[in-house]
Amino acid sequence: METAMDPRLNIIDKRLAGIKRLIAVSGGKGGIGKSLTASVLALTLSKMGYRVGLLDLDLSAPSTHVILGIKDVYPEEEKGIIPPEVHHIKFMSIVYFTRDNPAPLRGIDISNAMLELLAVTRWGSLDFLIVDTPPGIGDATMDVIRWLRRAEFLVMTTPSKVALETVKKVIKMLTELNVPIIGVIENMKMEKSSWVKHDLKEFNVSILGEIDFDITIEGSIGDVNKLLESDFAAIIKELVLKSSGFDLKT
Amino acid sequence: MHEWSLAEAVIATVIEESIKEGLEEITKIKIKIGELQQMDTEIFEFALNEIAKVQDVGLLLSEMRIEMETERAILKCGVCGKEWAFDETGLGEEEYEAVHFAPEVAHAYIRCPSCKSPDFEIVQGRGVLIDYIKGSGK
Repeated sequence: METAMDPRLNIIDKRLAGIKRLIAVSGGKGGIGKSLTASVLALTLSKMGYRVGLLDLDLSAPSTHVILGIKDVYPEEEKGIIPPEVHHIKFMSIVYFTRDNPAPLRGIDISNAMLELLAVTRWGSLDFLIVDTPPGIGDATMDVIRWLRRAEFLVMTTPSKVALETVKKVIKMLTELNVPIIGVIENMKMEKSSWVKHDLKEFNVSILGEIDFDITIEGSIGDVNKLLESDFAAIIKELVLKSSGFDLKT
Repeated sequence: MHEWSLAEAVIATVIEESIKEGLEEITKIKIKIGELQQMDTEIFEFALNEIAKVQDVGLLLSEMRIEMETERAILKCGVCGKEWAFDETGLGEEEYEAVHFAPEVAHAYIRCPSCKSPDFEIVQGRGVLIDYIKGSGK
């Protein structure tokens, strides 16, 4: 049998086998709160007693380590890579390897780096793996759909016509591919309005709720205790608990 | 070691492909190892043999010979077209280790020797590929 085969593709499912649920936090545009939501969601679920991992797949602009104040840790090498546990979250990011350097990656490099991380990271048993994805429907999102086949999507938007335009495309694509969508969160609300909900009515997605623009959140970045005490975290917890998509036992 | 996780992936693929092709006994596999992967080939071969023993699912892997070929990593600048070899880059120990774990992070540490651009392509010598599987079937 002669064809060059990439063996990494055959090991991903095994690496993820001990994870009950994979949740990809996605959205159309940058700066709408995907990484903050992924980080706070991971913290919230961990505080509730679940075993949680967080995988930052925004390879060109990783930021969850900044949000959670993670520094001076490095994965252990033991027949693969064991993600270090920080704030009771197993945390994996390319930043361990790129450090503070810019890593300008083209599409094929993004796919290869992601495949490598998925093939060698040993998560063990988890209730949730939260995946922070880069904006839009580019390489990383397509690879999440291709390789994290059990992933359910949590879609972020803001009350901005610009953000919503792309979010609709994300939802259309996920729906077309039969990828489960837990729901949509409308973040950074600055005034009462219902047009986002109205605009999303044509799609069969649940709107999990709204989060007001939190002017104080920047002061909580890097400080897990402050993050957990923030209004943002309180609303995320409330949305998660009441969402049938999360289906958590309270 | 990182070599173990990739060895596990290789054996899983050999088994899956052999079952698909109806092979009952695997006599030889050839693996191409990209230099950029920074693999310790002795550990890798040891891991392949050990995992093959454990993972054997009725296929005869016990007689399997393993041939490995390391492919030199060649990089090509997307801006000025300059081609150069990874082993000419002179990375430090920490950078080598980072590249070993995720070869694409080479883009964080290497620049084109001619125009200093980080926008280069890995022309060859990346990853671990199974070149062929030889065996006999029904």
